[in-house]
Amino acid sequence: MQDLSGDERQLVEWLADMNEDEALGLARRMLLEEGRDPMRVLALCREAMDIVGKRFEEGEYFLPELVLAGEMLETIGAIAKPLIQLAPGEAPAKLGKVLIGTVHGDLHDIGKNIVSFMLDINGFEVRDIGIDVPVERFLEEIRSYRPDVVGLSGFLTLAFDSMKETVEAIGAAGLREGMKIMIGGGQIDETVRGYTGADAFGTNAVEAVNLCRGWTAVAA
Amino acid sequence: MPRLDRGGGMNAALPVAAGSAAAAPAASATDAGAAYDARWQRIMDCVALRQPDRMPVAFYATFWLARYGGISCRQLMYDYEATKAIAERALLEFEPDACGPLVAMIASGRSLEAIGFKQLQWPGHGVGENQPFQYLDREYMKPEEYDEFLFDPTGFYLQKYLPRVAGAFEGFDELPVFPGLHYFRLLTGIRAFARPGVRESFERIVAAAEEVERFAGHAADFVERARGHGYPLINGVNAVSPYDFIADYFRGATGMMKDLFRNRDKLLEMLDKASVFLLRQTIATARASGNPIVMIPIHWAPDAFMSPKQFETFWWPPFRKMLLGMIEAGLVPMPLWEADCSKRLETIRDVPPGKCIYWFERTDLVRAHEVLGDVVALRGNLSPSVMTTGSAADVDQAVRHLAENVFHKGGRLILDCAFGVPDETPVENVRAMFAAARRYAG
Repeated sequence: MQDLSGDERQLVEWLADMNEDEALGLARRMLLEEGRDPMRVLALCREAMDIVGKRFEEGEYFLPELVLAGEMLETIGAIAKPLIQLAPGEAPAKLGKVLIGTVHGDLHDIGKNIVSFMLDINGFEVRDIGIDVPVERFLEEIRSYRPDVVGLSGFLTLAFDSMKETVEAIGAAGLREGMKIMIGGGQIDETVRGYTGADAFGTNAVEAVNLCRGWTAVAA
Repeated sequence: MPRLDRGGGMNAALPVAAGSAAAAPAASATDAGAAYDARWQRIMDCVALRQPDRMPVAFYATFWLARYGGISCRQLMYDYEATKAIAERALLEFEPDACGPLVAMIASGRSLEAIGFKQLQWPGHGVGENQPFQYLDREYMKPEEYDEFLFDPTGFYLQKYLPRVAGAFEGFDELPVFPGLHYFRLLTGIRAFARPGVRESFERIVAAAEEVERFAGHAADFVERARGHGYPLINGVNAVSPYDFIADYFRGATGMMKDLFRNRDKLLEMLDKASVFLLRQTIATARASGNPIVMIPIHWAPDAFMSPKQFETFWWPPFRKMLLGMIEAGLVPMPLWEADCSKRLETIRDVPPGKCIYWFERTDLVRAHEVLGDVVALRGNLSPSVMTTGSAADVDQAVRHLAENVFHKGGRLILDCAFGVPDETPVENVRAMFAAARRYAG
């Protein structure tokens, strides 16, 4: 973003530096007292999240910072979104659509939720269909949502087979054309990626964002 | 007090001294006794950083036993006799140098049901009959409750925590506040015990305790059968680090991560307090078990989960305090460092040499040996992906890699999978693991 005013720069800095109380106070003032453009405030949030993401990739930030950043953005989003008045066709363009869920048999969702959030704030439209998702549900959602990327999450070793079944079923249903599948979770590595037939795997949320960016940039 | 120098014992939930049940028949009691001693010696040589006569191999499995024995996960958790028989058969087939408390770790279904346990979904209770149990990450203590816990942990447990985590305790939310009861106030104070909800809780707890006694008896029986065949338990009880205790069982994953910023001082105070009562409890249960080795699954230390500075502020100091206390009490801490903890190695090196076993899940053991080889014994760590999706030949090569690059380089390595045998592992891959250990390291 160009041409940030003094307090805009301050908001980005406080968000990126995890100064929660100060950042939320300033965002509230900008939105509720000064009537600033909510779209502009959300853009500042995305600017801050770019910095958070970079710091994560550089090894300065870790999961706790991603979680707190998520909380701060959720709070600001809840204030800003009711104030947004979009004209028809004015909805912000998204980079691509991602369908994400934890495969059947596995109830873990912390990693998946962080990936969903990071994709969302990085400009992707995300449909998160929860945990313990049966193969058939993935197929139905793919047919109706037409995602660019499907993300399969799983923490347990039983997820290896669930992922493999899901990937194979997507292929067998003829839905794989023009779509990528990524997998992630605590036990996932290249061996598991090969076993499941997924296109790629990631070990953290930023890797998931980078995979999606790479794929949608190529598609575009 | 039982001696703390032999490999008997049971799970942390069941700190009952083994030794009451009759030994199972063995080919020769003398031979089994000698084999037991030799196996235990191998483990203790590793702990003391001495060269063992061969690379020991540990056997640790939970729901994999269902696959191995051809029963459902639910049966494994509920059928004491079947589970004991399967675990015993596995010992006799694989001949490990030590095993986990296999029955105590898994046959808890009836006890969980009796106590109305809410933090877990287990086969037939929230997950399918052939699926493993899964912990429910939730906020079991709210952020505004730190002060209450810190002021009176026991009161918080009785009236808030226990009713939240187990149905049998739900009536306890009506219990009186004990501090302050005195003189005639004691009489009015106990009126709550006559209330129907409180009475019902006590009845349910007694019934649950009776089930846990049966469970403990079967777990002890397995330990004795294993001993009768010449197999020691590698650990008697489990413990938990102060940080993981609060993160997993009180604040939940995301709550805890936010507390690093929002409730920093209260969290530090609770960590300090927890390190004291967790240490006391660990020493007492380990001594009751008669086995000095204490397994400590570590969830929140991995590289990705917090910065080095956060690790050195929140995670490591209270845990190190526990480690030193356990060592001083004659125990052998065996943390299982889950996921990848490569960036923690230099920090966690700071313990007295020859006193601990560090079990690593995904951390490269070659690197761990380089950094920690003169301080701790190592355990692990055949990857779950190789064990479950690889061939027997892949497993053989993975064992060979560890034997050649860790054990034969002077690492006091106890070979095992990354976190026990993964549930889906083909049996031939487990056979390959044990055969390769003998082939490449005695």
